[in-house]
Parts: sequence; C-alpha cells; structure tokens
Amino acid sequence: MNTAVRKPRGLDLRDFDPRVRLALAALAALCLALVRQIPSSLLGLALGLALLGLARPPLAALLRRLAAINVFVLFLWCVLPFTAPGEQIPLGPLDVSSDGARLALLISFKANAVFCVFQALANDISPAEAGCALKRLGCPAKLIFVFLLTGRYVHLLTEEWRNLMAAAKLRAFEPRAGLRAWRVMACLLGLLLVRCYDRSRRVNEAMRLRAFTGNFRTVTEFRARGADAALAAAVFLYLAGIGLTEAGFLHA
Amino acid sequence: MHISEGVLSPAVLGSGAALAALGTAIGLRRLDYDRLMTVALLSAAFFVGSLVHIPVGLGSVHLVLNGLLGVLLGWAAFPAILAALALQGLLFQYGGLTVLGVNTFNMAFAGVLAAHARKGIARLLPGPGGQRTADFCGGALGVALAGFFTAAALAFSDEGFLTAAKLLFLAHLPVMAVEGVITLFTVSFIARVRPEMLNL
Repeated sequence: MNTAVRKPRGLDLRDFDPRVRLALAALAALCLALVRQIPSSLLGLALGLALLGLARPPLAALLRRLAAINVFVLFLWCVLPFTAPGEQIPLGPLDVSSDGARLALLISFKANAVFCVFQALANDISPAEAGCALKRLGCPAKLIFVFLLTGRYVHLLTEEWRNLMAAAKLRAFEPRAGLRAWRVMACLLGLLLVRCYDRSRRVNEAMRLRAFTGNFRTVTEFRARGADAALAAAVFLYLAGIGLTEAGFLHA
Repeated sequence: MHISEGVLSPAVLGSGAALAALGTAIGLRRLDYDRLMTVALLSAAFFVGSLVHIPVGLGSVHLVLNGLLGVLLGWAAFPAILAALALQGLLFQYGGLTVLGVNTFNMAFAGVLAAHARKGIARLLPGPGGQRTADFCGGALGVALAGFFTAAALAFSDEGFLTAAKLLFLAHLPVMAVEGVITLFTVSFIARVRPEMLNL
C-alpha cells in the first residue's frame, strides 16, 4: 500500500480509478495485439509513449524492464529476417527476407506499445488493489482468492528462499554446476515447498478461526469521477482511430 | 519461455485464452477453500522458483517448475500458474495480458500431462529405479511439452516463425535436463519429509 504523501503536480495518472486504469490497459492491450499493420502499430506506440509521458514512472526501473521485454524481440530480429519466406533482398553476404523484417518491425512496435501502456496505466497498482478491481470487474471469487493470496506471500517466500540460500552458503555451500550442488538446491526447494504447505495449513486454520468464509471484504472505495470518464473517452477515441487506420482509412 | 505481447496471431491468442479458461474452470471446480490456500501458496512458490537460478556450465538457467506443480496439484496447476503469471505481469508491468491465456495453457497443460506421464511410468516400472525415472520425466516432460506448445503457438501464428519456433524448442532441451534432475531430487525429498503433499 502506498502511503507516502505525494506533492500535487498537476495531471497525475496515479490519481485515476484503478478499475478504469486496469480496464483501459486491458482494452488497449487487446486492440494493439490484434493490429497487423505497421502504421497502426506506430500509432499504438505513440499512445503508449504519450501515456508514459503523463505517468512519469522512475526512469531506471523503466529502462530495466524495457530491456527485459526486448530480449524476446531481439531474438526474433536475429532469426526472422534471415529465415522467413517471401521476397529476398541481398544484404552483404546474407539474404534478408522483406516479409521477415516487416514482421520483426511490427512485433517490436506492438510489444513496446503494449508495454508502455501497461507501464503507464498499471504502474503502481498493488496486487491487493488489482484483486479488488478484478472483483468489481466480475472475475470468479476463487480465482481472485488465489491471486490475492499469491500476491500476499510472494515477497515472504522470496525472503524465505534467500534465507535458506544464505544459511546454506554459511555452511560452505557453493552453487556450482554439478549434480551435488543441484541436489542441495533441490532439497532447499523441497524444504521451501514443505514450509509453504505447512504455512498454508496454519494460515487457513487461523483465517477460519477469524470467521473467514472465502469472501474478502474491502474498505477500499473506488470512485470513478469525471476525469476518469475523460481519460477513458480519450483512450477509446484514440483506439477507434487505430482501428480506422487498420481498416485502411488512411489509404482511402 | 514466455512469448511477449504482440507476437501471436488473434486466432492463436483466442484459442489459448479459451483453453486456459477451460483448464482453470476444471482446476477450480473441485477445490474448496481449504485446498485453495495450499494452491495459492504453491503458486507463490512457483513464482519464486522462476527466480531461482541453477548454475549450468558457465552460465545459469532459471527453473520453470511447471512439471513439479503439475505433480503436486494436478489440474489445480491451472489456476496456480494463471495467478502467478498475472502477478508477474502486474508486479513487473510486463503486461502480457493478451498472451496470458496462451502462456498459462502452455505451462499448465504441459504440467498436467507431465504429471500423468509420471504416474504412468511409475506404474509401468515399479521399484525405486522406476520411481526415480518417473520423477525425472515429470520435470523434464513439463519443460519439453511447454517448449513444444510455445513453439507450436509461434508456428501456427505465422509461417515466418517456423525457424524461430524450432530454435526456441531446441533452447529448451538443456533446461529440460536440469529441470528433470531438480524435480527428481525435490520430489524424493518431499516424499521423505511430507508424503501427504504428493496426494493433495
């Protein structure tokens, strides 16, 4: 939960309703995933960058994540232009397929566009908030339960894994490639899972004792305001524009 | 392992989402809230497992653990993997919403199939050696099938992806061996320490 007091700094995407932001991010991702033409994918990238400009997330983390999602794109760039069928254009010693290069370019734009939209809209939504928003958007209760509990325990288990590894290293364990080291790491993993299982039983009993019946109640109130409607309308219109471009409106 | 956003064709995305929804519905149907808690925590462990780097040669690979999750949870691996991948998308803002269905189905269905294969092999080859083979196959097949489904999703999306899909599958092979060994040791550890976990 973000409790830090923020300085007012004009239009801030974080002030918008998380439900609206999640739904808009989902809608934009869906539309952009269906795009098959370069001009419309470029428009999508422009939307992502514009939203990112409004959201102004921390730059270092943004660049790290950008690099992470572009690893797969880079792999496709290394393979697609040289292996795809279609018209071959000689480029030095290699033949480059224009279709392959076009596909790689399209994917680069689309992948980065969706990433930017998500990064801008879903940047500071915590798992708990996302769970509440998903509930209001009509997701099955059991699935939300699994999602919320997973979100609650991920950091704890990460910490637990670090502790297990630190304890092993203090006992002169060195993670090296080899059957012995793998065996030790597998046993530590097994221990993590066993502790996980025991913890789940304890947590379940504790929650039952506190009258938990499978229904999370929340004090978080979501309020959609005029500004949310304006943001939604703007994104809708823009996406409609992308749809028209995709349908060949620009060529007509 | 994960396919990024914007790569697959609408038909593949749609079928992946539908199959993942079906698998999740099957997985959730028989779960009561007592078991859901265990599913949620194992889902968190699956998330953590994907951050564990196992040294191989000069580099390292990260674990997938979908085979192990299939062995422990059966069809309940579907909601567990769905929750873990959704959380990964949200926490790291990778998005991955449109490919969530395909990625979930690839990993979870591979895990379920691997778990069934493990049971079959253990029945065919009784004795400790057979059990070890079965456990190894449980982990290795989980990764191999996930790699195969991922490659198939790529190949069905566009014919230009064919070579990329083959390369992606080949890249899974070393991971498969490591995952098999780790699953073998982990399952035998759990069988000694908490045998009831294997019959959840």
